[in-house]
Amino acid sequence: MKIAIQINEGPYQHQASDSAYQFAKAAIAKGHEIFRVFFYHDGVNNASAFTVPPQDDRNVINQWAELGIKNADGEPELVICIAAALRRGMLDESEAGKNGITGNNINPAFRISGLGQLIEAGIQAERLVVFGD
Amino acid sequence: MLHTVNKSSFERNSLQSCLDIIDEKSVILLLEDGVICAADNTKSSMLAQLAADGKVFALKGDVEARGISAKLAENIQLVDYSGFVDLVVEHGTAVSWL
Repeated sequence: MKIAIQINEGPYQHQASDSAYQFAKAAIAKGHEIFRVFFYHDGVNNASAFTVPPQDDRNVINQWAELGIKNADGEPELVICIAAALRRGMLDESEAGKNGITGNNINPAFRISGLGQLIEAGIQAERLVVFGD
Repeated sequence: MLHTVNKSSFERNSLQSCLDIIDEKSVILLLEDGVICAADNTKSSMLAQLAADGKVFALKGDVEARGISAKLAENIQLVDYSGFVDLVVEHGTAVSWL
């Protein structure tokens, strides 16, 4: 079954991203397809390429990246909301260039896109599960 | 329909809000701090009838992490993440009472 996930909170502050990750991992193990994970609001912080948690702690961002959720074209289906991301200083190379900022910090397993991607996920996937605070 | 509640009933009214509109076909999954609602010395009386009907589930890992395994109210069914996935598949898109 095609399942989409929405995450509204960042890593480490709330349990939302951890719960969603465990859910996604279990769904994949059961043979379901994670159609897309949409990171909204503070959830965009889950895409940071710059997190360095202590070695004995889980790395929430890398865990998501290692799930390797992609579409048939090989594009990441870990999608962060563009408006939420730009507000919080989460920029990929293209957005940094457009805004005259040096550097970028989106983990390559994620991509920035618009809210339409959440709506599309709600339509295309057979289930949508929301995790937040 | 599946309803997920992730907050203790001491912290927010999400469980009560859920119970106010839930229909007879719905089931509830308690996760994260929502599992506090399943402890027998808290607000579990709100859930007693639904639990007796086999409609209340709690996420096992979150129950254990909060040390309430031995204090669960009657008829609360424990599920792991795999069971959570099954509930979503069986009962349709989840309403998350965030």
